[in-house]
Formats: sequence, C-alpha cells, structure tokens
Amino acid sequence: MTTKLMGQAVQRVEDQRFLRGLGRYVDDVAVEQDVLHAAVLRSPHAHARILDIDVSEVLDVEGVHAVYTYDDLASCTPQMAEPLPLLIPHPSLTHGRTQHALAKDEVNYVGEAIAFVVADDRYVAEDAVGRIRVDYELLPPVVGVEAARAAAVLVHDDVPGNVAARMEQSVGDAPAAIAAAPHRLALDLTVERSACMPMEGRGTVARWDPDLNRLQVWTSTQSSTGVRAAVAVKMGLDLGQVDVITPDVGGGFGVKINHPWPEELLVPMAARALGRTVKFTEDRREHFISSAHERGQVQHIEVGFDDDGRLHGLDVEFWHDHGAFIPYGLIVPIITSTQLLGPYKPQSYRVRFESLYTNTVMVTPYRGAGRPQGCYAMERTMDAIADYLGKDRAEVRAVNFIQPDEFPFDQGLVFQDGRELEYDSGDYPAMLEKTKALVGWDEFPAFRAEMAAEGRQVGIGLACYVEGTGVGPYEGAHVHIETNGKVKVATGLTTQGQGHATVFAQLVADELGCSFEDVEVVTGDTRRMPYAVGTFASRAAVMSGSAIHLAAKRAKEKVLRIAAEALEADEKDLQIVDGVVSVKGSPGTSIDLGTVSVLSNPLRYAFDEKSKAATQFSIGDPGKPPVAEDDEPGLEGKDFYSPERATFASGMHAVIVETDPETAEITILKYAVVHDCGHLINPMIVEGQIHGGVAQGVGGALYERMAYDESGQLLNASFMDFLMPYVTEVPDGIDIDHLETPSPLNPLGIKGAGEAGVIPSAAVFAAAVEDAERGRLPDFTIRAMPISPSELFHLRESQGQEQTS
Amino acid sequence: MKPAPFVYRRPGSLAEAVAALAGEPNAKVLAGGQSLVPLLSMRLAAPAMLVDINAIPGLDTITVEDGGASGVRVGALARHAAVLASDDVRRVQPLVTQALAHVAHATIRNRGTTVGSLVHADAAAEMPVVLTLLGGSLEVEGPAGRRTIPASELYLGPLESSLAPDEIAVSAFFPGLATGAGVAFQEIARRHGDYALVGAAALVEGESVKVGYLSVSDVPTVVDLSGVDDADLGEAALAQLEPMDDIHATAAYRAQLVRVITTRVVRSAREGM
Amino acid sequence: MSEELHDVRLMVNGATHELRVPARRLLSDALRHDLRLTGTHVGCEHGVCGACTVLVDGAPMRSCLMFAVSAEGAEVTTVEGLANPDGSLGPVQQAFAECHGLQCGFCTPGFLTTITAGLRENPTPTHEEAREMVAGNLCRCTGYQNIVKAVERAAELGS
Ligand SMILES: Cc1cc2nc3c(=O)[nH]c(=O)nc-3n(C[C@H](O)[C@H](O)[C@H](O)COP(=O)(O)OP(=O)(O)OC[C@H]3O[C@@H](n4cnc5c(N)ncnc54)[C@H](O)[C@@H]3O)c2cc1C
Ligand code: FES
Ligand code: FES
Repeated sequence: MTTKLMGQAVQRVEDQRFLRGLGRYVDDVAVEQDVLHAAVLRSPHAHARILDIDVSEVLDVEGVHAVYTYDDLASCTPQMAEPLPLLIPHPSLTHGRTQHALAKDEVNYVGEAIAFVVADDRYVAEDAVGRIRVDYELLPPVVGVEAARAAAVLVHDDVPGNVAARMEQSVGDAPAAIAAAPHRLALDLTVERSACMPMEGRGTVARWDPDLNRLQVWTSTQSSTGVRAAVAVKMGLDLGQVDVITPDVGGGFGVKINHPWPEELLVPMAARALGRTVKFTEDRREHFISSAHERGQVQHIEVGFDDDGRLHGLDVEFWHDHGAFIPYGLIVPIITSTQLLGPYKPQSYRVRFESLYTNTVMVTPYRGAGRPQGCYAMERTMDAIADYLGKDRAEVRAVNFIQPDEFPFDQGLVFQDGRELEYDSGDYPAMLEKTKALVGWDEFPAFRAEMAAEGRQVGIGLACYVEGTGVGPYEGAHVHIETNGKVKVATGLTTQGQGHATVFAQLVADELGCSFEDVEVVTGDTRRMPYAVGTFASRAAVMSGSAIHLAAKRAKEKVLRIAAEALEADEKDLQIVDGVVSVKGSPGTSIDLGTVSVLSNPLRYAFDEKSKAATQFSIGDPGKPPVAEDDEPGLEGKDFYSPERATFASGMHAVIVETDPETAEITILKYAVVHDCGHLINPMIVEGQIHGGVAQGVGGALYERMAYDESGQLLNASFMDFLMPYVTEVPDGIDIDHLETPSPLNPLGIKGAGEAGVIPSAAVFAAAVEDAERGRLPDFTIRAMPISPSELFHLRESQGQEQTS
Repeated sequence: MKPAPFVYRRPGSLAEAVAALAGEPNAKVLAGGQSLVPLLSMRLAAPAMLVDINAIPGLDTITVEDGGASGVRVGALARHAAVLASDDVRRVQPLVTQALAHVAHATIRNRGTTVGSLVHADAAAEMPVVLTLLGGSLEVEGPAGRRTIPASELYLGPLESSLAPDEIAVSAFFPGLATGAGVAFQEIARRHGDYALVGAAALVEGESVKVGYLSVSDVPTVVDLSGVDDADLGEAALAQLEPMDDIHATAAYRAQLVRVITTRVVRSAREGM
Repeated sequence: MSEELHDVRLMVNGATHELRVPARRLLSDALRHDLRLTGTHVGCEHGVCGACTVLVDGAPMRSCLMFAVSAEGAEVTTVEGLANPDGSLGPVQQAFAECHGLQCGFCTPGFLTTITAGLRENPTPTHEEAREMVAGNLCRCTGYQNIVKAVERAAELGS
C-alpha cells in the first residue's frame, strides 16, 4: 500500500506557479492593450442628497469610452436599476436596505459609488472621474453605535431608530436565574472596527462574446456561483449564458464573500454595451472606503454565578454597527449571539441584539465573523468572575466546561444556518491542560516575580472558543480520470490561499490510489462545477473535502467495476496503487487507470493508439449495448456533501505580554495555541492558517482600527495609518499543539480550521494586558478593544486616579 | 491611485534643471520619489512638470570636509542607504547614521534621498531634526545662483521649507561631532519602520545639552536643556513644547513620551561621550 | 490634447524592451501591463506593502514609487527572473516552497526579490537579521512565521 497522504505535511503544488510569478490574479487576466479600464467616482460625504451630476466635461477627455450614473442603469435592464440583492434575508431583518449599483438620489457613506467611467487605461479613467461635478445637499451623518441608538438623525428616512433588526434568543429564564444566583456582575464592553484587508483588493474583468452570445466574468470572489447567479439576474441573461471564473485570489478573509459588489455588475454591463473587455481593479484607498469592515459592537452583559464561578444565568445585550447597508443580513450578529457561549454551559441564557445603520462602510463577515466579539464578551466575563471570586482564571473556566461525555451537546439555540446549535464533539478539559502546559500557566507567578524584580511588568491571558465550521447547504465535486491516467478534479467553491489544490489532491490520491502528482484540482470555475456555495465559515475542507472524497469514491467504484471485468477478477480482490489496478497477491495481473478510462468510453473513432483499443470493435460484449442501461460513458465520479449541521472546532489561546511602565508599549513575549479541528488533512497548512489568524488577531487587538471622525470621514484609509502588523509586530514563534477529536458528521472526521487563529485575540490580549497592569493598579480593567499604547496610558491615568482617590 | 498627467524633464546638468524649473511655476523636483510619488498617485499633488534630477552627474557624493573637523556634505542624489552605510559619515557625525537607521525600511532607503527628506520638511521625519539640532545647512541653487540656507531658517511649517519653488537643493552639510561631545537618537513608533510617535536626537557638549524632537510639533523643534537637572529634563522640555494630537497618540500621551524619551536620549548621549 | 509619450528602454530579467509610455506611467504598471510581467504585484501603490518590490540595478525598490521613464537604462529584476537558468526554482523560491512561506501568493514576489538581494548582502543572517530582512513587507496570510523560516532555509541552501 502507498502511505496515506491524509495527515501528511505535503508541499503545496500551487506554489510552483506562485513562486515563479506565474499566478493569475484577476488584474493579471486580460493584460492586452485593448482592454478598457474602469474607475469609480465615490462619495466624499458620509450623508448627502445628490442634487445634480454633471458629466459633460468627461466625454471630451481623450480615451474615455463611457460614463454611467444611476440614470443609465435601466438602459441595461430594469433590474439593474433596482437595489442590490439582500443576500441573506431573515424574519428578524425587518428593515433591510441595500445600495444601488450607482447611488440613487442619496449617498450614505464616504466611498459609495456614484459614477462609473470606462477609458483606455486607469490613468485616463481617473482623470475623467476628477471632472465629474456633483452638487450635494449635505445631511448630518450618523457615526458610531451611540449616535445610531440615539437616532436623532436617521441614516435611511424609512428606518425608524436606525434599527434594521432586533433579535432575541433564550434558553431558560436567564434574568430570573441571575436574580437568584449567589453572585452577580455586569459588564459594558466595546470592540471597534477593523477589516479583512487582503493584499489584493477586489477586481472584475468581463468580456461579452457576441459570437457565442455569452458573458465571461473573472472576479476576485469567495463565491463564483453566487456572482454568476446575481450577474445573470441583473443582466437579464439565462444562467447558462454566464461563466464566472475565479482566478487566483490574493486573500479574502471574508470581504469577498459579499456579492455582487457594484463593480461586479457594472463591469459586465459596460462590457456588453461597449463590446469590449472591461476591467476594474480596486485600489487600496477604494478598498478602505468601499469594500467592507467588521467587528464594531457595544455589549452589555449580566451574569449570575455561584461560589465556584459556575454560571447560573447569562444575559447579553449588544448593539451591532453594520454600516450604511446590510446586504449580508444578520450573519455576523447571529454568530456573535450564539458562538458567544464557547465551550461553556451557561445553564440559562438570553441574548438580544440590535443591528444598527450608521453612515459608514458596510459590515460583512471578516475572518471569525462575529465570533471574536462573542468570545471577547464571554471571556471578559469569565475573567471578571474569577477576579470577583479571587479564583484562578483557568479554574473558573473549567467548572463551566461541557464535559467530553456530554456530546452531542445541544445549546438550545438556532445557529446562523438556521439549524440547531448542537456541538458534535470536543474535549475541553484536556485542551485546557495542554494550553496551560504549553504557555506555562502554573509557572507564571514565579516568572512574574522574577520580572518584577527587574522592574518589568508582565501579564498572562487565556481565552477559549468554539467555532461552528463547515455550514451547509452543500458543496459538490467532480472527479474525471482521463485516458492518460491524469485525474481532473473540480469543486465549485473558491480558493484564496488555503492550498486547496494540495489538500484536495491528497484526499483524491488517498481514495483513488492514484499518484498525488497526477491530480489537478480546479476551484471556483462555474464551467467546471456549476453547483456550489462558496468559501466562508471555515467550510472548504469540510464541505468540498467531503464532497471530493465522496466523488473520488464513486469514481473508484467504477474503476473497480471495469477493471474487474477486464482482469476477470472479483472487485473485492482488487487494489489500486500508484494509479495501477491489480489483483492483490498477483501483481502481474494489472491495468492502469488510463486504460480503465479508455475502456469506460466505447468509441466509434480512433485517433491514437489508446483510443484504437476503445473502439466498438475491440471492447465489450457484442451481445450487449456498448453502454449498459444503468451506466454512462467515461470514468467520472460526481457527488455532493450536505451535512445536517455544522461541525464544531475549538481552541484555546494563551499569551504572555509585557507592558512598559513608562511608554505603555505592549510587547508579546509568548503566544500559545491549542487547536482542535478534528483530523488534520495537512498539518503544515493548518499551522499556516493558525499563524495567519494569530497575526491578524494581533493586528485587531493592538494595532488596527477604523478611525472615523464625527463627519464620517475615515481618517486612516492607507497602509501608512491603518497599522497592519509587519513581522516585527507579531510574536517571534507561535507555540502550537493539536488535539484531534474527529467530527462524527463527515466521512473524514474533519472540522474547519481557517478562521480559528483570529477568534480569541481581543479577549486574550485584553486579559493579558489587564493582568500585567494589575501589578501596579490592582483593580485595573480593560473594557474596550483594541488597545493602543496611547489608550493604555490614558487608562492608567484615569484608573490610577480612581484607585488612589 | 494613478498620478495626473505632467510634463517630464530629465536634464543632464544642474544648469538645465534650474532653467527647467524656472520655466514652469508649477514644477517640482523629483529625487527619490519616495514621498512625492505617493502624493501624486493619491492626487494630493498635481504639478504641471516634474524635473527629474536623477540623471545629473556628481550629485550622489558624500564628502568629508576638512578631514572631518568641520563636517560631512551629502549630495542631493546620495540615497539614504548610501549615507547610512558610509563609514565617513559614521565617523564624522554618528548622529546621522543613528537617525537614518530609523528612516523607513531598507527598500525605501535604497531610493529615497537624504536631501529630499530634508527638503520635504516633514515634522515626523528624522533628518530635518538632525540637521536642525546640529546646526547644519542646505546648499541650494536657483536662477539667482547658489545660496546656503542654515537649518534654523529652513523649516517654516508643516511640509513647508524656505526653498523657493525654482531652487534645487544641491547638498546638505552636517557639522561633525566635536571631540568630547556626545550624540544619541531614539524614537518610539507604533510599528517598526513607521514614522515616529515621538523621536528625539540629543547633542551634549560639555555643559550644553540640546534635544531636537520629531513628531511633537508641526516643525522640527530643538530645545536647550543646558543646566537642567537630570530628573527634570522631561518637564523642562515640555515647558517649551506643545505636543500634537492625532489618531495614533493624544497630546497627553505624546507629552509622556517626551518625558521618557528626553531622559533616555540625554543619558544615551552622555554615555557616548 | 493628447499626452506626450516617452521612449523608454527597459532591461528586465536580461531582456531589453522598447516602450512608448506617458511620463506618469508607474514602473509597476509598465512591467505588468506593457511588458505583461504580471508576477510583480500591486497591493497599495503608496510604498508601504512591498508587493511591488523589484530589483533595480540589484537593489530592492518599490516599483509603485518609480516612473517607468525614470528606470531608463536600469537593469530590473522581477520575480520572473529569479528561477535558475535551467528553470528550476532559485534558492529563495525553493525555501519558500519547503517552508510553506506563502498562502495566497500575492505578497510573495516582493518578499522573494527583497530576500534575494538581502542574502546577497548578508548570506548568513542571524535569526534577528532574517526577521529584519523582511521587516518592510506586508503579508496578510502567513503571519510571517514561515517566511522567516524560509529566509533561514534559503541561506542554508546558499543563494
Ligand atoms: C513606506 C514609507 C515609509 C517612510 N518612512 C519614513 C520615515 O520613517 N522617516 C522619514 O524620514 N521618511 C520616511 N519616508 C520618506 C522617505 O524618507 C523619502 O525618501 C524622503 O522623505 C524624500 O526623499 P526623496 O528623495 O524620495 O524625495 P522625493 O519624494 O523625490 O521628493 C520629496 C519632496 O522634496 C522635493 N525635493 C526632493 N529633492 C529635492 C532637491 N534636491 N531640491 C529641491 N527639492 C527637492 C520634491 O520636489 C518633493 O516635494 C517613508 C517613505 C515611504 C514610502
Ligand atoms: S504596491 Fe508598491 S509598496 Fe505596495
Ligand atoms: S501570502 Fe497572502 S499576503 Fe502573503
């Protein structure tokens, strides 16, 4: 037997292209000279009525081909002038509003698209954008949760209170349980906005082919089938007339799951109207003000607990700032409200939230998608309880854990996919022990004392999370064994650097017995797999991985059936090793996969030696039809995977930080991660995902924020001022340990791993910095994240005064 | 983010460059482009003409004057990287070397020029403070010929120097370190390589203690702290400064950093004596 | 009024190219769109991310902060020019493959060029120097851990 590739740190096949500069990202597509380039006029105001748009000066600019404003959209199709789709409706989303592809009458955030110019190149297109004159009547803007709640000004006139949705879920009677509990605490917390900020922004290329009467779209998306459906509807085309191809994608982290972006419709519209290939490549400034942000919430928590710190009741209310529009529905706040519970049993729980409009860039999922905020709420609460009771923070967590023999554990809530929040498997006590050992939890007091003797202050923090991954509805896969023995695999969801071409090939090689090198995986191309959902919620490995495994199994069944006939052997006696089917124990009796493929497809015409062997005269039983009644020609397998519900991965992070007593600078001394995503397909890739998540978490907790001023201008819309970590800001070394509790829900026993690294960061850094500061200020508390040295300095000042007065 | 159109000139001599500048009131010099090109791409600046000085021979020199006794002269096309790597510069005026190590990242230093940074007059930049603290000067050439602008007269306001629009800076002169004197440079930035939240350069000569600050006010500012007790250095400096507020640091936090960094940088300069 | 065009001779990865471009054409755009060497990526166009880093006369520089006209006569090396003459991966590229130093691959060309020059200057970096070597480039995917490993591995492979 060849060794199994599942679980091996196989080197990535895609790297060969990337390392040579041969990746094909969307801006690399169609680089020929006659491609037209688009630029967008964006609102400079957060809230204004558009009185007039004058484009008369634009068409004189040499090299400009077209300029579109809202009034031009209906000439494409009536539906092009309708608002963009509300992708995920929900009964609680009573006031869902989405923007138009180009602003109609009013703008609601700085960056909203107003006009779309197509020109010979991007330079000229920007020149033209600069000549469009817009008259605005300025309206007062709503910025921040507080202003949204006060509702002195409305973002949308027809949305009272700026509230898009109010939602409540509960298990038991939390307020009563809290009232009756031996101890009670209340916490008010805030988390600010950050953003996915992939290194490649958004981008779309479209070509209308009048000979074939069809549209080809390349777009940097996390859902090519979603874009395809949206483009077809908006352009008035049949689905079959639209191909969407997701080329290499330079990072997504969530922002590219929202669709269609205005440009994903405007580019195809212009391409068809002008009969030319049109390209839009978002630049960095545009990405800051016209893509999406996430994280901003204000939370109020009440909790009742006993002397051991065991929860009796948890009552959470939060306000979610979703920006000017809500195309992606309530996914983020629903995730916060449910995943907040983490590995714990709250006994009774009530959660209520409002999703609020503000005149800022809209909010759609960013890696973690609401979980970081939920984890922050819960873990800050755990720390507060431990502090109140004077107990070890790890101990308080442990008494609240769901125990290993309690799975499946139903939390009694409805999750983001409309299914019950039922955890499938996990072992939280074991994980806590591993985490404590990895970070040196029990040795920390000695280390703290040692550092204190040198005048240095250090702190330790711990945070735990559970993450529902691999949500439905489904993914599919197609496996095709060619006559040369090569195996072509297609799945519909998209890839943004997760190494799908490698891990999926590992699964296929394992199941089919072919060599890994012979497998080629294509993702996100609707021509190859038109049924798919997308890449989000750490679902690719679980969903497409399972589908590919099942599709490979089907292909294998056919291989064995045909080979058994050809070798005159029993299927049960066959094995496939390195692409050769042979009879176990008699290796001479064999046939390679390519030949099996030849046999699977009876031909009339021969065009090479192999196909000669497959013509009607040379194969099959002349007494039977060449293709049996219940069979199909070709050596293919296709299958879909659609699980009952999500599978729940989990993890714990611990960090040791040092805070400078004078400058309030925060330095990370040690970062430890214990992670359970079930069986690992490729540990190297999983660790890479954790590294990346941790770095984004460091950014989100200590460096990044969206600095809006009260007029709704984003003050730091550049990489100079939006402080993404360089190597110098991330820990030098991340200690990782794995726990593998397989998921019973899918054939491979896997759980998602993509988002995990970022989930606990706000919580774990708040805890560690707070702990470090308590060396000098025993009651020091952090209730707002992220935290910068400037803010830490002010917290010291204000809390120091409180504590001395 | 693409620049607006401009007329491009790439003269082969200083005289031609001066003539080109004189012929177009809305022209700008292009040196390393590491500050200018981002401004053009964001269309925060749209000059009608760029005069690229990179083809002018002889401007990339670094010369020690009077064997180092007086100082070191850095030509307009000497890249940050070359100045940073220069043993002559390190020997004659180590403060230049120390401060340059904090200017951006190595890749930016490969193209950006030290003189360009001095002319750009960013109060958050390292080199203007160093020139001001050391009492150096800029040699500039314009239609009326050459003149020397002492650092004390160079910085007028945020991103505003006293160069006339038709003048080209030819070189900068950094006075050498006197024997027995000490210098030091320190800064605190959010990320490694970023412009500093607060930075300080110190020059200690006998009883004289001077500290120059970047990112504290809107122009590079030098404060004389001679005769101040070590324990009072920070407060004494603050008495002469008015720290600014921005999205990365409040004025109060900047004041705290001034306190901390002043003590540290003066101590470090003394240790170097 | 049409824009003045300039004749520019660019030497890229050993080949000479003649171009006619407006003065404002960024070197990054000239490489990507005029020469179709799309391996050089653009992540910010204001000099911070480093994705566009190419070697100009051997030294790493931001191609988004240079005009093509200013590169007249310079020797430019892009990621496409880093493989060995026989087509196999060069040592830095090989090290990235071995160490899983890339995920989406968008930042990678800038790291590869920067490290190639860095190791030429300092072939045996300490761990700290290896980190410093990549300290001016942003990556949103990898958390840099494996990039630093790749620098150390590339030094071992001898670039
Ligand atoms: C990512 C990044 C980070 C940076 N970080 C820092 C930092 O931490 N600290 C720091 O100090 N700088 C930093 N810089 C700026 C860098 O140091 C620049 O190189 C420098 O400020 C300008 O030099 P230059 O040669 O590139 O000038 P250019 O960009 O070519 O010109 C800048 C200005 O000076 C004028 N000018 C230039 N040379 C002359 C001359 N000889 N005569 C007349 N006018 C002239 C130009 O017309 C223009 O107005 C950073 C830049 C980037 C892109
Ligand atoms: S694109 Fe040049 S540095 Fe980011
Ligand atoms: S690998 Fe994606 S940005 Fe670095």
